[in-house]
Amino acid sequence: MENLTQAIQGVPLNHYILLSTIIFAIGVIGVLIRRNAIVIFMSIELMLNAVNLLLTVFSVHHNDPSGQVFVFFIMALAAAEVAIGLAIIVMVYRNINSTDVNILNKLKW
Amino acid sequence: MSVSLFYFVAFLTIFFALLVIFSKNPVHSVLYLIVTFFTFTLHYIMLNAQFLAIVNFIVYMGAIMVLFLFVLMLLNLNEGSIGSKSNLLKMVGVIAGMCLVITLVGSVKALNASDPLVLQTQDLGLVKNLGKVLFSKFLLPFEISSILLLSAMVGAVLLAKKDIKQG
Repeated sequence: MENLTQAIQGVPLNHYILLSTIIFAIGVIGVLIRRNAIVIFMSIELMLNAVNLLLTVFSVHHNDPSGQVFVFFIMALAAAEVAIGLAIIVMVYRNINSTDVNILNKLKW
Repeated sequence: MSVSLFYFVAFLTIFFALLVIFSKNPVHSVLYLIVTFFTFTLHYIMLNAQFLAIVNFIVYMGAIMVLFLFVLMLLNLNEGSIGSKSNLLKMVGVIAGMCLVITLVGSVKALNASDPLVLQTQDLGLVKNLGKVLFSKFLLPFEISSILLLSAMVGAVLLAKKDIKQG
C-alpha cells in the first residue's frame, strides 16, 4: 500500500481535473446520443463517479477529510437514485413495452 | 512504482467509459461499466482513500451493477430492439460534449493551478479518520441519509408494484 500511494506523488492536480472533465463529458455525450433509457441512466452514473473522483482528489489536495465524507453521502444518494430510477424504468416498460426514450416524447399516457 | 501508473489507469478509465456509451448491446454496456468502476476503485486506492475504495467496490460494483443487470434481463431487451439516433443527432451530441470539455479545460487553464498532488497525512482516508469526522461533524446529515434510504426503498417498492386496479 505504501509504494502504491507513492504513485500519485507528483501527478499534477490539473491532470486529475482533466480526467474528471473527460469522463463527465463522456457521460454527457452518452445521455445525448443514446435512446435506451437504461444506457442513459448508466451515463448519469458515469458523471456521478467523475465528480466523486474529483471531490476525493481535492480532499487529498487540501488535506481535509470532509470531501471524502461528502463522497460517501453521494454514494448513498446514488444507491437510492438507482433504485428509484430503475423502478421508474420498469414501470415505463410496462406501459409502452420498450425503454426507448423516443417513444416517450408525448405526455399523453 | 512511478507516475505512469496513474496515466495507465486513467487511460483505462477513459477507454472503458467510451466503450460503455458506444457499445450496441446494453448488457455489454453494463459489463464495461463494471470495469470502469473498478478503475475508479484503483484511483481511490492510489489516492490512499481506502474507505472510499472499499465502499465503491461494494456499493457500485456489487449492489448497483446487480440492480442494472437484473432490470436489463428482466426487461428482455435484445440487441437492435431499440434503434439508434440518426447520425446527425449523434454528431451534434459528440460536438456538444467536446464543447463542454473545451470550456472546462479552458477555465482550468485560466486558474493556473498545476501544483503536484501530495499526500500530506498518510491516514487521511482510513476508516478510523473518516469515522471520527462522519460521527461528529456530519452526524445530522448521516441520520437524514438513513431516512432518504428508507423513503427510497418504500418508493421503489411502490413504483415497481403492479397496479391492483388495472391488474
